[in-house]
Amino acid sequence: MAGLELLSDQGYRLDGRKATELRKFQARMGVFAQADGSAYLEQGNTKALAVVYGPHEVRGARSRIRHDRAVINCQYSMATFSTAERKRRPHGDRKSTEMSLHLKQTFEAAVMTQLYPRSQIDIYVKILQSDGGNYSVCVNAATLAVIDAGIPMRDYVCACTVGFVDETPLADLCYAEEGGGVSSLALALLPRGGQIALLQMDARLHQDHLEALIEAAMTACKGVSKVLDQVVRQHLQEASVPSAE
Amino acid sequence: MPFSANATPEFEGRGGEELGTELSNTLYKVFNNKHSVDLKSLCISAGEHCWVLYVDVLLLQCDGNLYDAISVAIKAALFNTKIPRVHISADEEGGKEIELSDDPYDCVRLNVENVPCIVTLCKVGHRHVVDATLQEKACSVASLIISVTHKGTITCTRKVGGGSLDPESIFEMTEAGKRVGKALHAPLMKLLQEEESLGKARQKVGFLG
Repeated sequence: MAGLELLSDQGYRLDGRKATELRKFQARMGVFAQADGSAYLEQGNTKALAVVYGPHEVRGARSRIRHDRAVINCQYSMATFSTAERKRRPHGDRKSTEMSLHLKQTFEAAVMTQLYPRSQIDIYVKILQSDGGNYSVCVNAATLAVIDAGIPMRDYVCACTVGFVDETPLADLCYAEEGGGVSSLALALLPRGGQIALLQMDARLHQDHLEALIEAAMTACKGVSKVLDQVVRQHLQEASVPSAE
Repeated sequence: MPFSANATPEFEGRGGEELGTELSNTLYKVFNNKHSVDLKSLCISAGEHCWVLYVDVLLLQCDGNLYDAISVAIKAALFNTKIPRVHISADEEGGKEIELSDDPYDCVRLNVENVPCIVTLCKVGHRHVVDATLQEKACSVASLIISVTHKGTITCTRKVGGGSLDPESIFEMTEAGKRVGKALHAPLMKLLQEEESLGKARQKVGFLG
């Protein structure tokens, strides 16, 4: 069937990228003055906004206080206008709750919570436009926001979604590729130590291909970490220039 | 009228719903009448099909004066709305078949001339303030929300807040609100037209740049 090949014979994908190429990355930190930390990230057409409040006193349930570490509270939601069809329930539905839980697990692995006992760190991520790789863009945006808030982390948390088509792993899937029956795997990595914070896959894949797929995901994440590092350094440079004058 | 948790931690989860419902009800009253938006233009075939317009507002940061900012945003968004043209053809068996035009440029624009803008006046002491920030709002006893069209006609009025206003100050505030509201429309339309005329060369202003 011509026209909808996920990977053409010449090695080009639907949007003209090569198999291991990531989408265009644009990010900005410190977009909100009121929040402790915030970041806006665009990966291709997927746009995410992450805001961090904290560390502050634990709100709500007193039972959630941990005496030796901070509690991380994540909320993932999608704007009603983020998908092609208007989304009726932006938060509270099962997918959002699951994503929030994954984000929480990912960041508990990376943020040094032992430095803030009896307190709470809130991470809110909102998807403004969804074009595939929602989880990865969220994690990347949240990493930048946590760094903007000045909360210490062990390492950058970089995430990427990869898929397997025609014996080739494709990095950074877009919406059309995710829906096209591709087995996709989402990976969150702490690049320096090569530690995997979260690995999620819910499709059928042959065992032999798994290792190649994880390798491709790790390479893509390392690429993402370089870009995130650049963004952070540039932001700090811009922020420090006024004080130098 | 979803309230993003990004605005304040209080809005986490279902926190912002009360405020959201109040806002959406007021906005609905203001915008959903035949004098504001030309609802007839949304009709496809009389008595059978019509377009439904959903207006979703996402509040990102809260620094007072929500109604005004949201109404300006809604007016701009309505101006930007493109509705594809619909062709109705008769099907076999006499049913109507609706075809949407595939051409992205073949569309109908909405007439936003009469869409009102909201002006909020807060009473502080004996005077009133327009466009109050969060801190100024904290000093005021009550506020008056007025929606004004470009001609200066008032379409909706509402008083919010715990304090009470005497009739004279309400009259004063209404006059001031009318003046401000009328003055708000002309530059807004000019700006929208200018941006529209930029066409492809338009710089998308967002969080970047």
